[in-house]
Amino acid sequence: MSSNNNPFSLEGKTILVTGASSGIGRGIAIACSKMNGTVIVNGRNVSRLQETLDMMSGTGHTLLAADLTSHDDVLQLVEKLPKLDGIVHCAGVGIRKLCKQIEETDIDYVMNANFKAPVLLQSALLSKKKVNKGASIVFISSIAIDTPSVGNAIYSASKGAITSYANCLKLELASRLIRVNTVHPAMVWTDLIFKDGVEEEELKADEQKYLLKRYGKPEDIANLVVYLLSDASEWMTGSHLEITGGGK
Amino acid sequence: MELETFIESFADQFDDTDPNEISAETIFQDLEEWSSLTAMGVIAFVKTEYGKTITGSEIRSCQTVKDLFDLVQAK
Repeated sequence: MSSNNNPFSLEGKTILVTGASSGIGRGIAIACSKMNGTVIVNGRNVSRLQETLDMMSGTGHTLLAADLTSHDDVLQLVEKLPKLDGIVHCAGVGIRKLCKQIEETDIDYVMNANFKAPVLLQSALLSKKKVNKGASIVFISSIAIDTPSVGNAIYSASKGAITSYANCLKLELASRLIRVNTVHPAMVWTDLIFKDGVEEEELKADEQKYLLKRYGKPEDIANLVVYLLSDASEWMTGSHLEITGGGK
Repeated sequence: MELETFIESFADQFDDTDPNEISAETIFQDLEEWSSLTAMGVIAFVKTEYGKTITGSEIRSCQTVKDLFDLVQAK
């Protein structure tokens, strides 16, 4: 079916997905390919990006490894990129520490990856004219921005920061009909949630508190992102979409 | 890794417990101030100071501070 008949299709769209070597980013890359989008997968680890590529449907996808916390890497990446119809900022890290234990290196580690890197990538994409008119930009934020949990202060703050940034970005890009939306998942089964000594049994017990009796799968988040990248959502910008399975 | 330094850092995770109350033989889960919050603090300090990851259930399996020290050392 051509994209003319199916507003949910990504046919004819070129989409950059950061953090595509694992977890939600990998799920998004795969889902975009199934909806006939042409995908550029970015991450740091080439062999894991290749695994993502091997799991994708269709042809024409590209692997571009780059460490987005390195300015030189970002400039080289942007140089190689074609013009984009979709950008998914998904790369991210997390730590669990009490507020009294937070050190400068913790802040740098989390804020560099979750805030500074996507902001500077977005600046480079815009200044190098890589973003097409009518494009869709999606930031993967978190329900953590207003659902606090013990030990999660820096992660929550980093996601709050990128969400506030997205609010301003949407204003500046609206004249070119470029849309900016943020997605706020609750817990999703990925490597990220096993940070710093968290155990599967603890998470499985918590999972039962979710109304739909499970944590999310990367595909659950990916389907929402596909919608935001597609023409089906062309009247949506500035939305913050929670996707939680009824949990928090 | 020294037991004495470990006990000092462990005791530092408490705000209202006298450090002198904490020794190698202390049954730490019986301390009034002990809570899941303290446990998370212990997990984080072990990661920061020793670069090792321990879990909540491993901590719960320990009786004394010395047990905890042995656990971290064995990692």
